[in-house]
Amino acid sequence: MEYMKIMKNNSYQSKTYPFYFLVGALVLYLMLFVIPGVMGIYYSFTDWNSYSDKINFIGLQNFKTIFFSTTGDRYMFYIFNTLKFTVVTTILKTALALMLALLVNEGIKFKNLHRAIIFMPAILSMLVTGLIFKSILNPETGLLNEFLKAIHLGGLAQQWLVDLKLAFGSIMAVDIWKGLGYIMTIMLSGLQSIDKSYYEAADIDGGNYFKKFRYITYPLMLPTIAVTLVLNLLYGLKVFDAVYVLTNGGPGDATDVMYTVIFRQFSNGMYGLGTTMSTILFVIMVFVGFFVIKLLNKEEVDM
Amino acid sequence: MKKKTFLNVIKNSVTCLISLVMFVPILLIFINSLKDKYESSSMSISLPKSIHLENYATVINEGKLIESFSNSMMYSVVSIILGIIVTTMAAYVISRNKTKLNKFMYFFIVLGLAMPINFVTLMKVMQFTHLLNTRLGICLLYAAVKIPFSVFVIYGFIGTIPKDIDEAGIIDGSGPLTLFFKIIMPLLKPVIVTVGILNFLDAWNEFVLPLYFLNSTSKWPMTLAVYNFFGQFASSWNLVCADIVLTSLPVIIIYLIGQKYIVAGMTSGSVKG
Repeated sequence: MEYMKIMKNNSYQSKTYPFYFLVGALVLYLMLFVIPGVMGIYYSFTDWNSYSDKINFIGLQNFKTIFFSTTGDRYMFYIFNTLKFTVVTTILKTALALMLALLVNEGIKFKNLHRAIIFMPAILSMLVTGLIFKSILNPETGLLNEFLKAIHLGGLAQQWLVDLKLAFGSIMAVDIWKGLGYIMTIMLSGLQSIDKSYYEAADIDGGNYFKKFRYITYPLMLPTIAVTLVLNLLYGLKVFDAVYVLTNGGPGDATDVMYTVIFRQFSNGMYGLGTTMSTILFVIMVFVGFFVIKLLNKEEVDM
Repeated sequence: MKKKTFLNVIKNSVTCLISLVMFVPILLIFINSLKDKYESSSMSISLPKSIHLENYATVINEGKLIESFSNSMMYSVVSIILGIIVTTMAAYVISRNKTKLNKFMYFFIVLGLAMPINFVTLMKVMQFTHLLNTRLGICLLYAAVKIPFSVFVIYGFIGTIPKDIDEAGIIDGSGPLTLFFKIIMPLLKPVIVTVGILNFLDAWNEFVLPLYFLNSTSKWPMTLAVYNFFGQFASSWNLVCADIVLTSLPVIIIYLIGQKYIVAGMTSGSVKG
């Protein structure tokens, strides 16, 4: 009897919610997302390029070129740049966004206007943002240097995107300018979900601002902070547009990251190397992604 | 009490300063789009001596903006409609029928949030399927890259719709397709609007996929067209600025109208409660 009931239940479920509903999403996702990713692993062991029709299996040669290259392209340096971009922007965006969220959370005039303005860069295209800052950071006519001269700090004026030492920092700064509002908005909704009665209780106990932050805000914001860390992490590893538009990897190859190098290899027909680079990124990110989803799902259960 | 007012003054000033840093670059572009070529060459924040609205007309003609605008519109709208249909259907079945297979499918699809695109091998797939350098190919790509995010958000929303509704529909004798499109779809309106707006913004702003997979300029979306225009007219900042304003106008309008939905969608999944 029990068995029959389960059978009937199962067939009811699969009749009402048939698997073919998934087909559209699965086909698109598999064809344009998963299969290229898996194919990439295969092609990273080949010498695939645009100059020859034959694709030869060359074992680990591409990986050797990337990890132990001593001449020409500095692949390890590009991987290092990508990681540097990811770590620096993640830390700065998280810290600044949290401070900003605390700032505009309450006690501010025109609160909504400020929030709307700070969020605004997030909806612009990175390409447009890049063009705007190409103008602002221009050494001769750019607004930033003009402003520094106007307030008699002309000595601080720099060749922002041209100087070998500054270019990468400038790119990260532009990226933070664009991404800050988004992370702040997430932090704000985190702050607003904290029960006000905790603070009221702390007020009665005479807790000051920093104690309240240390013992109430910070621990209750940890899940939100964790999520923004993850978002920034995944975003940072995939960075392409900011670098491509602002410097295209230059000066020289000082600001190249993994995806700009992949694009160059793609344009030059060095498909085997390009796909190896992609595969390395793929492995790093699937590894990170696995833990990300675990984290996101755990939160769902907790709430 | 006095200390508190002092603190408030500081808080307000710092906030104003930050808003200024965020707003000035956007204002700069708008102001310079109204100047003549000579005045805009210094890209200063000073107000234009005279208003040159004809910059916009020039840009529309020289930059072939009508063409790229229609391209962008088509890519965004088609990919959203297609994406919404396939992802709501998938998320609905995954959420309602929690078999082992479906649970795996959810995990498998959402994992895509963290996956980078392998553009090199994607090109091979596009070639093989004859989608390379076609408008249809770009629409499918835009839809595909948004599948993990859309399924993730829509799945979360479907959980809030009581299952009794489905049963009532079944008793009325409707099949799964009628049930879904006639009864469930209308209930998903809030999440469809949110996901639709967000995906529209992303599709409109996208330029990497066309950069890789569209080689004819006549198929370029507005973003790539503005980049190309910048290459041609780098010395005419007034025109470049006008082009930037026109390219960004649709997303800014949508932001102003749908701010509530955008913020809700961007924070959904990241903060619960």
